[in-house]
Amino acid sequence: MHGWRRARLAERTKQTATGRTLRFEVPRWPGHLPGQHVDVRLTADDGYRAVRSYSLAAPADADVIELGVQAAFGGEVSPYLADDLPVGAEVEVEGPLGGWFVWTPGDPGPLLLIAGGSGIVPLMAMLRARLASESDDPCALLYSVRDPDEVWYAAELDAVGSAGSAGSVGGTVDVRRLYTRTAPDGSARPPGRMTERDLPVLPSPAQARCYVCGPTGFVEHAGALLLAAGHAPDRIRTERFG
Amino acid sequence: MNEHPLYLDGNALAGPLGEVFAVDPTTAWRLCPSCRLPATVAQLHVYGPEPGLTARCPGCAAVALRVVTQSEYLWLQLGGGAGAFRFTLPPAAP
Repeated sequence: MHGWRRARLAERTKQTATGRTLRFEVPRWPGHLPGQHVDVRLTADDGYRAVRSYSLAAPADADVIELGVQAAFGGEVSPYLADDLPVGAEVEVEGPLGGWFVWTPGDPGPLLLIAGGSGIVPLMAMLRARLASESDDPCALLYSVRDPDEVWYAAELDAVGSAGSAGSVGGTVDVRRLYTRTAPDGSARPPGRMTERDLPVLPSPAQARCYVCGPTGFVEHAGALLLAAGHAPDRIRTERFG
Repeated sequence: MNEHPLYLDGNALAGPLGEVFAVDPTTAWRLCPSCRLPATVAQLHVYGPEPGLTARCPGCAAVALRVVTQSEYLWLQLGGGAGAFRFTLPPAAP
């Protein structure tokens, strides 16, 4: 049922020292839901192929998709995509993929997004879709990062988190950055791993839809915190990227 | 961040299994025959690296499926026993 499509790199944006967002033009892109991903296939001159999964960072926008790529040290694919693939060059993509780690705009109830590091990428697609929706249900993003230099979408998140939620159609969204190693001067929260005290207080946690994405260890930790706080196991959806 | 972490989860199987399934495979539900833990394919723990992926029950680590992608074939083994189905993949785009 699937097929590989040609995708042309249109724009590359530096998010962090090793994190990039890449916008690709994909003719006849069928659209996608927030949380879905694509597989990217690279073929070397000798025919050797490598396939990796990358999350879609934004809601569907005609034939343009935005992917988040975190360059892995020594990696075979991600450093090339992050820094070497020329703008205008083509790769192959397959997708949209995945029907489980998906938030559908219009799903009622509080929305809790928990990101570790570059796990922000698929949650950013959900957050952007939530901001564009009419929903006034509570929505919070907890974003765990090592230090301020590791924050993706810093300016956009500042705008979302400030009073009035610039650009927001729906109700306000609570954006909290949880620094694990170094926090900016004046931060009320000391740097450290996410704890139960970092979770937003919701009147009925069992009604909230929770999406967690990040490194495997982070996802396990966050999932355990959510269960302990009374969140419903069947409303916690997780994606581990390594 | 590591391109080859200890394990991922079944969300990563959407592409490989999508080659041979007509509906999204990651929402498929399963009861582990070993420990009785229910899980969707997306919730299985997946050990790589690609192109050979082993999906295990998140509760007891029993093998739920294995999938190996080659340029012409996809091999799919269901459960932890021996034997695998070999699917012929459509030719790659030029």
